[in-house]
Amino acid sequence: METIDSLIFPPLASMQRDRPAPAIHVNGVSLSYPQQPEALSDIALKIPAGEVTAIIGPSGCGKSTLLRCFNRMNDTIEGVAYTGEILIDELNVLAPTTDVTSLRRRVGMVFQRPNPFPKSIFDNIAYGPRVGGIRRKRDLDEIVERALKSAALWDEVKDRLLDNAMSLSLGQQQRLVIARAIAVEPDVLLLDEPASSLDPISTLKIEELIYELKHFYTIVIVTHNMQQAARVSDRTAFMNAGRVVEFDTTDQIFTNPTQPATEDYITGRYG
Amino acid sequence: MTDSSDKQVSWSSLRSTAMIWLTASMVTFSLLMLAGLAGILLWSGGNWLFDSHAGAAHSGGYLDQLQANLTLLLYGSPNVTGSAAMLPAIVGTVLMIFLMTIVVAPLGVVVAIYLREYARESWYTELLRISIQNLAGVPSIIYGVFGLGFFVYVLGGQMDSWLFAEDLPKPTFGTPGLLWASLTLAMLTLPVVIVSAEEGFARLPDSLREGSLALGATRAETIIHVLLPAASPSILTGVILAIARAAGEVAPLMLVGVVKYAPTLPVNLQAPFIHLEQKFMHLGFLVYDLTLHAHPGEGRLGLVAATSLLLVMVVLGLNLLANSLRQRLRGRYQQSASL
Repeated sequence: METIDSLIFPPLASMQRDRPAPAIHVNGVSLSYPQQPEALSDIALKIPAGEVTAIIGPSGCGKSTLLRCFNRMNDTIEGVAYTGEILIDELNVLAPTTDVTSLRRRVGMVFQRPNPFPKSIFDNIAYGPRVGGIRRKRDLDEIVERALKSAALWDEVKDRLLDNAMSLSLGQQQRLVIARAIAVEPDVLLLDEPASSLDPISTLKIEELIYELKHFYTIVIVTHNMQQAARVSDRTAFMNAGRVVEFDTTDQIFTNPTQPATEDYITGRYG
Repeated sequence: MTDSSDKQVSWSSLRSTAMIWLTASMVTFSLLMLAGLAGILLWSGGNWLFDSHAGAAHSGGYLDQLQANLTLLLYGSPNVTGSAAMLPAIVGTVLMIFLMTIVVAPLGVVVAIYLREYARESWYTELLRISIQNLAGVPSIIYGVFGLGFFVYVLGGQMDSWLFAEDLPKPTFGTPGLLWASLTLAMLTLPVVIVSAEEGFARLPDSLREGSLALGATRAETIIHVLLPAASPSILTGVILAIARAAGEVAPLMLVGVVKYAPTLPVNLQAPFIHLEQKFMHLGFLVYDLTLHAHPGEGRLGLVAATSLLLVMVVLGLNLLANSLRQRLRGRYQQSASL
């Protein structure tokens, strides 16, 4: 049973994965924090490996909170308490004994607003690998190039890697942040409304990117844009008020939902 | 809506005009005072620099006289009683400020990091913050007394009995010196650095921290590699303010290490190159001393003014240096224009 060992920084791999992307099993997860006593109530999901799963729902339903459980980012909230387990390939993410920093190298996250560091483009991408112990310039150069190519940003920035990352446009910054997350070679990518602050053209580029990336990672994307979920994902979970109401293939959810709440949301009865 | 609204309108525009005049006159007044001070310094000091004096009389032109006077100012002259050499004082002042900065900057930053990044807000952190602000208001002579009592006698005495026992009863560190003066000033300016540094960290958005943590960095790595560089312009602002405050302090220094005349410089070519136990000379102290004890007669005010001018220029130079460094850091870690 390879659990903790597999979380120590994974070896440099080429574009072909030597390890299949993992599935995520959520069992009976409930979470509360002081401002929101029932942020999540008894969530149970089986997120399949190597696919894009979208989580949709009205504002405040807990989709971002659930996403942030997968890489223990909720630990940063004061007074948070949670129960249940989340298994990524037999490792329980929520266990107190889990090494959180190794976990976060395995489960990468992209946030809603692009948040590049105020450093150069190169240093941004190299940050993750450097923190993971890679020091040699040659290795870092290779990793940065590979990550930028995977994020479809290489051609635009290859001549100005030492420029400040803040000089890029918002769409480029978001792709930079995705490249930064990919550079540590995670198994799972969590995207929290990655295109909501971008213009339509950048959004399209990001969606194409997600489509390419799903061959290498298990991707979970939170979006309030239902059309985006329909375009990009293989499966969709609809959440409301801290619970998963329905979870099925995207086609089913959008054409033939079983729950009335789902149908109401999709047809725009409430947002 | 005729008369009353007209009256309203003209009353409020009267008020805003009065505000503008009031603030403009305040600014003008302050600028005039500043100009007056600068004017006196420049006039008096400039006159002194270009006049001929005993010990530096010259028959040549203005530039030669200036050169002779500067030499007299910097190196002193055995011919003139009561003349003081400024160059050792400049060296002493700059060296002391430099040592103070090396101590206060890391200390202030570490405290700010603790307050902002590690400690949970509670009565304890509130108490800490109030204490820091109170420290900023303590009169500087009290820092001098504290420095004398604690640093010189307690710490210095201990160091002597541990390290220099064979020299006792002649004190090495148990007496005022460069080290204790720098430490005293470091304590004096610590609150300023802490407040600026803390503000620098507070201004950084949480998204920066989250972005780093999400990549698998520990909190310490996040602080060292992401937050510290991003907050460095603010930290440097704090250091600049500390230098500005310390450069003007004379009273506490008289108790902890400054003398009117020191036979050797605290830095020289003898190992260990920096002599922290030596007493040193200080420009601000010289201004005070010259005013009271200089050879009476012609040129005394001018000498004082020339010395003051020198002090102001040294401080300005340090400020310019620190400011240019801060500009460069701002460009490199540009996040928002306000940092």
